[in-house]
Amino acid sequence: MTAYLDHASTTPLRPEAAAALVAEMSAVGNPSSLHSSGRRARRTVEESREAVAGALGARPAEVVWTSGGTEADNLAVKGLYWARRAEDPRRRRVLLSASEHHAVLDPVEWLVRHEDAEVRWLPVDATGRTDLDALRAELADAPGEVALVSLMWANNEVGTLQPVAEAAELAHAAGVPLHTDAVQAVGHLPVDLAATGADALSLSAHKFGGPVGAGALLLRRGTALVPLQHGGGQELGARSGTLAAPAARATAAALTAAAAGLDEETTRLRALRAVLLDGLRERVPGLALRGHPTDRLPGNLHVTVPDCAGDSLLYLLDAAGVECSTGSACQAGVPQASHVLLAMGLSDEEAGGALRFSLGWDSTRADVDAALAAIGPAVERAQRAAASTRSPRRRKAS
Amino acid sequence: MRVLAAMSGGVDSAVAAARAVDAGHDVVGVHMALNRNPSALRTGSRGCCTIEDSLDARRAADLLGIPFYVWDLSESFVADVVDDFVAEYAAGRTPNPCVRCNEHVKFAALLDKGIALGFDAVATGHYARVERGEDGRAQLHRAADQLKDQSYVLAVLDADQVEHAMFPLGDAPTKAAVRAEAQRRGLPVASKPDSHDICFIPDGDTRGFLRDKLGEDPGEVVDVDGTVLGRHAGTYGFTVGQRKGLGLDRPAADGRPRYVLSISPVQRTVTVGPAERLAVGALTALDPVWSAPEPGGVVEVYAQVRAHGEPVPAVAELVGGELRVQLRTPLTGVAPGQTVALYDGTRVLGSATIAATTPA
Repeated sequence: MTAYLDHASTTPLRPEAAAALVAEMSAVGNPSSLHSSGRRARRTVEESREAVAGALGARPAEVVWTSGGTEADNLAVKGLYWARRAEDPRRRRVLLSASEHHAVLDPVEWLVRHEDAEVRWLPVDATGRTDLDALRAELADAPGEVALVSLMWANNEVGTLQPVAEAAELAHAAGVPLHTDAVQAVGHLPVDLAATGADALSLSAHKFGGPVGAGALLLRRGTALVPLQHGGGQELGARSGTLAAPAARATAAALTAAAAGLDEETTRLRALRAVLLDGLRERVPGLALRGHPTDRLPGNLHVTVPDCAGDSLLYLLDAAGVECSTGSACQAGVPQASHVLLAMGLSDEEAGGALRFSLGWDSTRADVDAALAAIGPAVERAQRAAASTRSPRRRKAS
Repeated sequence: MRVLAAMSGGVDSAVAAARAVDAGHDVVGVHMALNRNPSALRTGSRGCCTIEDSLDARRAADLLGIPFYVWDLSESFVADVVDDFVAEYAAGRTPNPCVRCNEHVKFAALLDKGIALGFDAVATGHYARVERGEDGRAQLHRAADQLKDQSYVLAVLDADQVEHAMFPLGDAPTKAAVRAEAQRRGLPVASKPDSHDICFIPDGDTRGFLRDKLGEDPGEVVDVDGTVLGRHAGTYGFTVGQRKGLGLDRPAADGRPRYVLSISPVQRTVTVGPAERLAVGALTALDPVWSAPEPGGVVEVYAQVRAHGEPVPAVAELVGGELRVQLRTPLTGVAPGQTVALYDGTRVLGSATIAATTPA
């Protein structure tokens, strides 16, 4: 029996999405074909597009299907940058929150290395919230040189929500488009493209019970974008490639299911999370909640445990049937200190003891109880292991 | 037992882990990351430090159905193995980095972390055997395969470390048999080449690696009378017993080959001479470590000074913290910094680091 508490990495497929995926995979038809099978597939894709648009305050024509969140982020960051720079060569500056996901950070760093871009970092406070005054100052500094602002909706590690609507208003006042990576938010919080004012918004189906390998970029009508892929000219030329009807249909099914009971589900997850946090605090002295105390993803619980390594905790919890994450990226399996936690002002040592529990649609009280049963002994052992690393058994006298 | 299998990505450690699983142990595979930025260390399929090796180890663990993790032991590896390697060469000694890695990383940093996390033993793909004596204590012995025997690089383990060590390949008849076994088990690493050279020196150019670390430090090459024969770029480029690469233009007067006899980094001189001057009859060694009970007086042993060197009969005595070894058969190419391992038959008694040698 495994307690799966890593929904922020990927969620179990919702039954509605599984049924849609299986049904559509056994149907033939390229949505671009003009015959009857093609027309049927096109209808599926377009109905799915309408469902996704409807759930997220967008028009159907504003949905660009992608292979997932990373592609959507790349398409937005590079595509908007190239389009803005083409319009006005002085616009080379990208304003970026220090807590962005690598799917946004790395394309921006690539633009800096290869496309003459310049990056300005917006600091975050101790809760991980981006400083709007810094954004205001950067925009005022050289409004004619900014190509793009990118600000995630909710942080994937610590769960903190970002002031996206306010940032979009500031950006627009300076004539600058704003992209938001909403991969962690869609399906978990009310997300409305029109109400927020974002020009581009990334989403990923497997984060809300849809299939992996499916996602979309919501792109406001009239927003200029240079495509990454060229070919058949699908998606009004923004993203060539045969339309994936099974992915689209399953994404729509998952999002519809997620949206249906969102308020109740949010209340339920917050309550479960409170039980988990209270229980962890009771069992682990010195445990600290990271991220914003209230303004955060309902299923996200990010903590740091003193005097131990997150990867030891992860192993011990895994061995006890509890699956969670340290929240940060690995390089060839070697854990690196989280750039998000460091940006929030934590030391390397504090950041090293990070654990992220993320609850989702199939999480139960039993999962939380399993985590609470395992955490005490795991922390005790992980702290002993860290102490052994600090005092090696033997050193040569010389 | 709960066993931590150190998996390098090579065939030996994969088969060792498989055998530990077969023996009914609860096995978890761990790949040691020895550099924070693994891709920087080396490319190519040999060695133990690449991302590819880590993926090979992971695939082997998948096949065995065991959990697998990468542990970052780079801090210990850099301080206790790489920096030690450079410092030893700088001091005119000849270190064995595999010995230091076993002493400080595999059976110290890794073992200690494993024990703290609830494991009972570390299993590796070394060719050596752990036997239980009548007293129930663990003893370290040579492998069944004399050609592959790696007990020498493990002789640096103390009794407690041997107690927590497991070498499932110790009774393997040959390396070929281990490869065949890997093939039979369907392990994808079955045909992967062996690693021979030093894993943290990607291109095998030890002298170049040391030059990058230590810079040029030129000095003279002299013969035993002090006559200057030539110049060198740094004493760290030489090892006692070395014949090639001395950089001398003129042959010796008698036309016989010359060898490095001694290295003095302080005077920056490398002394060369004929083969017979290499013969060592006695040596003293420091920092002794015993997996067998510490000898009380003079003991008859076999001494071995290189990983695949010939063991020779010797008399050893511990005087204070210093191990004194009289070799009954002289040995050549014995350099300060090398480990001298002492054996009683197939059993490893202990080892120490050679500090000084006496000609035969």
